[in-house]
Amino acid sequence: MKDNLKRIFKGGLGQLTIPLIAIALLVIFNLIRDPSFFSIELTLNNNGNTVLSGNLISIINGASELAVLAMGMTLVTAACGGQDISVGAAAAIAGSAFVKILKSGPSINIGTVIMAFLFACVVAMLFGSFNGTLVSVFKIQPMIATLILYTCGRSIAYWINGGATPTVSSPIITAIGGFIPGVPIPTPVLIVIGVALVFVLVFHFTSLGLFTQSVGINGSAARLNGINSTFIKLLSFIILGLCVAVAGTIGVSRLGLINHETLLLDIEMDAILAVAIGGNNLGGGKFKISGSIIGAYVIQMLTITLYAMKVPSTDVKAYKAIVIIILVVIGSPVIKSKFQKFMNKIKSNRQRVSVKGAE
Amino acid sequence: MTKKKFGSLLLVASLVTTLLFSACTTGGAGNAGGSSSKGTIKVGVVNNPPSESGYREANVKDMEAVFSAANGYELKTAYSLKNDEQLQAAQGFITEGVDYLLISAAETTGWDEVLKKAKEAGIKVFLFDRMIDVDESLYEAAVVSDMSKEGETAVNWLLAQNLDEYNVIHIQGAMGSDAQIGRTGALDAQFASGKMNKVVQQTATWDEAEAKKIVESVINSGDDFNVIYAENDGMAKGAVAALDEAGISHGINGKVVVMGFDCNKWALRELKAGNWNYDGQCSPFQAQIISDIIQGKKTVTSKKIINEEKGFDAKTLTDDDINTYGLGE
Repeated sequence: MKDNLKRIFKGGLGQLTIPLIAIALLVIFNLIRDPSFFSIELTLNNNGNTVLSGNLISIINGASELAVLAMGMTLVTAACGGQDISVGAAAAIAGSAFVKILKSGPSINIGTVIMAFLFACVVAMLFGSFNGTLVSVFKIQPMIATLILYTCGRSIAYWINGGATPTVSSPIITAIGGFIPGVPIPTPVLIVIGVALVFVLVFHFTSLGLFTQSVGINGSAARLNGINSTFIKLLSFIILGLCVAVAGTIGVSRLGLINHETLLLDIEMDAILAVAIGGNNLGGGKFKISGSIIGAYVIQMLTITLYAMKVPSTDVKAYKAIVIIILVVIGSPVIKSKFQKFMNKIKSNRQRVSVKGAE
Repeated sequence: MTKKKFGSLLLVASLVTTLLFSACTTGGAGNAGGSSSKGTIKVGVVNNPPSESGYREANVKDMEAVFSAANGYELKTAYSLKNDEQLQAAQGFITEGVDYLLISAAETTGWDEVLKKAKEAGIKVFLFDRMIDVDESLYEAAVVSDMSKEGETAVNWLLAQNLDEYNVIHIQGAMGSDAQIGRTGALDAQFASGKMNKVVQQTATWDEAEAKKIVESVINSGDDFNVIYAENDGMAKGAVAALDEAGISHGINGKVVVMGFDCNKWALRELKAGNWNYDGQCSPFQAQIISDIIQGKKTVTSKKIINEEKGFDAKTLTDDDINTYGLGE
């Protein structure tokens, strides 16, 4: 423990410095603006459940889909050195597949919901492997390869259900998107914890993390060392597909409605941003999933802060952009190395002073 | 070796299936009708694809129902979101020799030449849903919605409720869209006059989940409100989800008045159940008006015909209304 602390003081938090500073700044800013901003209350909701509510809960709950997608996006970024811009459209497809199964049966029970979710997973993994094949086998730039699904994905989502906004209502769906009776924590938050746990276990018990990193740093070197880089790249897209299915399912369950045009709209950009804020190199290689998760919460906290400040509709995006520019510039290699040089200078000055003092 | 081959085969197979999937949805333009018989009126419809929205889906179905063979029509349709593809389709209909050309254009510009050709060929043109920037002489009539009137109808209904005070959460559609500008206008006038109090005015860009976040943030801030004015049904549903999670009552006998637009069937059912209070219509049913003009049952007095639109009160809504005016399923 003591060693750990010492290491942190000496070398900083490494990759996590920027996202943690960002979150700290947002917290301080909000506390100054409104000391009760983060207060949490227990309220009785209209379904008769006692649930937690407050801005903090809104932030953690609202960022769920983004956090799940950011985890998968980190893996694709690390392995392929590029990003999947079709995750929003793919989530609309997965969500539509989920609704399709739910609506095909006479009633919705636990069994049909599980079936529907598994079907959504298969569909999303299929589309993930489509993207992955283009990137890994045909060596197409990820952004170009996924542009195809980005363009046509929402039409496919429409085609699955026919109607523009099919609705599903069931206590089970409400429980997935809202609260399980007797549990005061929003279910999407629990799902994020579950997905993160799966990632931790996979990285602990397999060499996926190491393989992904080496493929991302130098694909041919990795291949010479016996790693099938094509497969690793494809696998990263399939795993992202699973994340997409989870995000789509949460998105649909929140309101019991699928609008293929607006479900998780523009989330691909936020997911990429979360990866970037998390200090990951967008060119592939070394990565830290925890950074991306924090990045997702930074973005959501920013949005909720702007809502709480009642920034006018037309200005929200501009304010968001300003904060993000600052974050990304501070995290850039140029500023980092300048900062490092500056710190070294101070250190050497101090040493010189102490040496002089000794004389 | 064989294992490797099998692997790559699998990859190609998955690629091909997904490609096929996407190909299915991009097709579908230009469904020519059956063989023409004498006495039928040939109508060519250039429209946006039904996948655009619930509105468009109902619009396309309405066109097909009114201009049916049973009613003495031969219908040809072309759907695209792109103006140039729409122009080509219109050109195609003119060459084929339709009697009437009905257009809901993707963009307001670029239609001069095609409409002039239609006029030369003696084809009569009707615009529906959307106006085009051309000389009035190039078309017979334009049947359109008046979005600002939709807003006025809704706000007048709200004023008639005689609430003690109006503390309004206003959730807007995509900024700059016709529906947003129209539906915002009337409410903005009330805010300006001081009759209603603006608690918050935010855009959710038609996104249900975003609407929920906006209402959540107001609840968390502790500000008092008693009206939610959402510019479409989906966003109203998102807002209500936030109220439900916070344990705030809504609808008839509730604390918060909930208002939506578009009249989706599921939304009207929420009204019927008393969970919402008001839903404003945005009518996609222009076909009957155009058909009446074609058959001489209705005379054109002004080139711009405003489609009559209703607003539904949860207290007076009937099941018939849901079946007649509800969109979707």
